[in-house]
Amino acid sequence: MIWPIASAELLPLFSYLYELLESTGLPQPWLAVVVYTFLAALVFGVLSLLALFLVWWERKIAAHIQQRFGPMRHGWHGWYQTIMDAVKLLQKEDIRVATRDKTVFFWAPVVCFVAAFLAYVTIPFGEGLIVADLNIGILYIMAVTTFTVISLLMAGWGSNNKYALLGGMRSAAQVVSYEVPMVASILVVVLFVGSLSMVDIVQAQAGGIWNWYIFRLPYGPIAFCTYIIAATAEANRTPFDIPEAEQELVAGFNVEYSGMKFAMFFLAEFVNAFTVSAIAVILFFGGWHGALLPSWMWFLGKTFGIVLLLMLFRWTYPRLRVDQLMEFSWKFLVPVTFANIIIAAWFKYAGWYW
Amino acid sequence: MFETFYPILFLVLFATFLAFMLVAFSIILGRRTSLGKKFQAYECGITPEGSTKDPVPIKFFQVAILFLLFDIEVIFLYPWAIVSRQLGWFGFIEMLVFIVILLVGYFYVLGRGALKWD
Repeated sequence: MIWPIASAELLPLFSYLYELLESTGLPQPWLAVVVYTFLAALVFGVLSLLALFLVWWERKIAAHIQQRFGPMRHGWHGWYQTIMDAVKLLQKEDIRVATRDKTVFFWAPVVCFVAAFLAYVTIPFGEGLIVADLNIGILYIMAVTTFTVISLLMAGWGSNNKYALLGGMRSAAQVVSYEVPMVASILVVVLFVGSLSMVDIVQAQAGGIWNWYIFRLPYGPIAFCTYIIAATAEANRTPFDIPEAEQELVAGFNVEYSGMKFAMFFLAEFVNAFTVSAIAVILFFGGWHGALLPSWMWFLGKTFGIVLLLMLFRWTYPRLRVDQLMEFSWKFLVPVTFANIIIAAWFKYAGWYW
Repeated sequence: MFETFYPILFLVLFATFLAFMLVAFSIILGRRTSLGKKFQAYECGITPEGSTKDPVPIKFFQVAILFLLFDIEVIFLYPWAIVSRQLGWFGFIEMLVFIVILLVGYFYVLGRGALKWD
């Protein structure tokens, strides 16, 4: 059986490795295994570094908003603070509650960790820098990012702690409620592009800033606003961080987790924040398109811009109450996004913005 | 046909392996103590009482059911979005009918107070 390498012709580094391995005379399936594993390791390396950077960045922004300095001791402005934190967390005792549900308690952080990285199979980091350009790209991403909620529910249930359970239940209800407006606001862009592939969506926005969907479509800004609100809720970030509301639920679903398991939840949270920002960039801000600089730099720059927006949300808005949160989604966002779909469809069929 | 989906499988395997490694490392490197109280559920320092397996409010279940309805409806709109160019105005009318049916359900749910969270 010959396994064709999906993106061998796309990544220069990748094809170099492929040729190098081919010259050693490795049989075809094993070659594919090695190359795919290498690719998975690459995705992990990049994302772990990004997540570590985001944690540090968030702490710095939080500190400066509150007129503090934040981490300052480890290196220049504490740049390797999060690495030291990870090392510290690795040495911490792995406390397991006596009354836990053993299987569920163990699998919850693993599922959370895996689900956070799954979306990156189809996210293009630059021109050709995509692991696999699936023809159902955006649909696949929406499907796998929702796995996180299962892990949070598992964590809440497995801990056998009332606060954790309540946090897990709330998180499930919240993510599930905001999934509807999120999917509906993505639909507006998909309707315009006529394709679910991430590369097609980005390519459709080539040629200058006015071709980015947020500026090009009259209903683009509305779709972006509803998307970013829903995405903030989806990534469980303040003002929608009801699941781990410290003042009322201790720490929500992850009360009972310590050491590396806690770090896995934490890492997954930041990776998720990066994922939703990356999707926002791909859908509304032209993905990797930009002048002069290499494409991956543009992509990362824009994504960091959106992450900065999420961080500013976090440090400027107070947390919503749980009833306000649910009613905001069902009574405001859902009707708005559905009206937006109808308007978008009208525009499309009237032939105004093909 | 499924060649482009192989990377997903590899990513899942690699991520699971890495997650196991992290947990294993933390168990090997971490401290070990055997203070009995430490392994109680932490509920603000008060000794936990009662069971967590009590019935939860119906609201959560309602939200889950509503999510299933609405999300599946929106997912059904995706194939329409892909082929909308070929369908022409017929597609638009069909989509409107679809959304109106959804809206009727939405207002029914709203009227029955299922979206009220108190």
